[in-house]
Amino acid sequence: MSKPVAVTDNNFDQMVLQAEAPVLVDFWAPWCRPCLMIAPVLDELAGEYDGRLSIVRMDVDQNPKTAAKYSVMSIPTLLIFKQGKPISHMVGFRPKAELKRNLDAALG
Amino acid sequence: MNKEHEVVIIGGGPAGLSAGIYTARARLSSLLVEKGIIGGLITIAEWVENYPGFPEGISGLDLTELMHQQATKFGLETLTAEVTGIEVDGKRKIVKTSEGDFVAKAVIAAGGSDRVQLNVPGEKEFIGRGVSYCATCDAAFFVDRAVALVGGGDAAITEALHLTKFASKVIVIHRRDELRATRIVQEKAFAEPKIEFLWNSIVEGVEGEGVVERLKLRNVVTKEESTLDVSGVFVSIGFKPNTGCLRDILPLDAAGYIVTNEKMETEVPGILAAGDIRRNSIRQVISAAGDGATAAIYAGKFIGE
Repeated sequence: MSKPVAVTDNNFDQMVLQAEAPVLVDFWAPWCRPCLMIAPVLDELAGEYDGRLSIVRMDVDQNPKTAAKYSVMSIPTLLIFKQGKPISHMVGFRPKAELKRNLDAALG
Repeated sequence: MNKEHEVVIIGGGPAGLSAGIYTARARLSSLLVEKGIIGGLITIAEWVENYPGFPEGISGLDLTELMHQQATKFGLETLTAEVTGIEVDGKRKIVKTSEGDFVAKAVIAAGGSDRVQLNVPGEKEFIGRGVSYCATCDAAFFVDRAVALVGGGDAAITEALHLTKFASKVIVIHRRDELRATRIVQEKAFAEPKIEFLWNSIVEGVEGEGVVERLKLRNVVTKEESTLDVSGVFVSIGFKPNTGCLRDILPLDAAGYIVTNEKMETEVPGILAAGDIRRNSIRQVISAAGDGATAAIYAGKFIGE
């Protein structure tokens, strides 16, 4: 059962930019209610897309550098990375169906 | 999940939640469909001090969380999905959603409203990168920076005050020469040294390299154009009703709001409306809750006939 792994400023390069498969990065913080609401949805998606793409989470309070590098100024921000580049940018709570559309588009 | 219910409630803000408390407690099988955050727009308000029963105030989040708990206790079911339309098939109402169709005898439309956007170049591109519609959500990303806030009503000025806890400077941009906000709120803003005012001004564009860096402004009186360097712009210029998907089935007024009688009934028997989605709503939690309870009671009467 794969759940979203936490990534940090230190291992972002290795875990996300150098990953072979697409990676969805969930920028969140504990004080952000919509972030907490989207978490279980992402947990489900991590399981459903296991093997095809991975979902990781980044606490922006603990890891301000990566958030700043990708101009994350609102959370939740969901970036999908492919071959080290962000190809999809979503801000705010999204229902599962919409997230799936974006994940499928990234895999296509 | 059961596909047939006696009542389907569209929208999980105070109107929908209150309706849910009443219908579920009346033993009507009830489903509430919400596409986003349970609690709706009020969840982004930092503090609600005028909802009756809370002399010390309460957060919008906590208040609506309590409402949801209460409704769930009586048996309300909740689904996260987006409603895409309603069809009327004799006595049945088919509520179409992103997670399938649901059949009901009565529907309560309580989808509320959403923020109006500026509709200027650059706005959409910079959402989440300096353009924000929620000061309480995003203020933390603008510590020690200069930000702009567009608007002049209570929501706008309250948000400007909130932003001063983080930003170094908050420039309020308003298209007239006086604010619409209630006096007590205006006074706080005028007394706050971090807040500046740009009167008679509108935003014509949002610009920057990757993030918001400046705004293009125009003075509506002198017609002069200018540029304002800011790290972010918070938009608080009003609301529009979430009635797009109901256009085909319900009569809406010119601004898109649903027209009802005092029983929250629309022209379609068995479809009622509650909360900010209604014409002439005063946009308060208490009135939304009142509408929700009223709609629930008359939905119950409709089903009983």
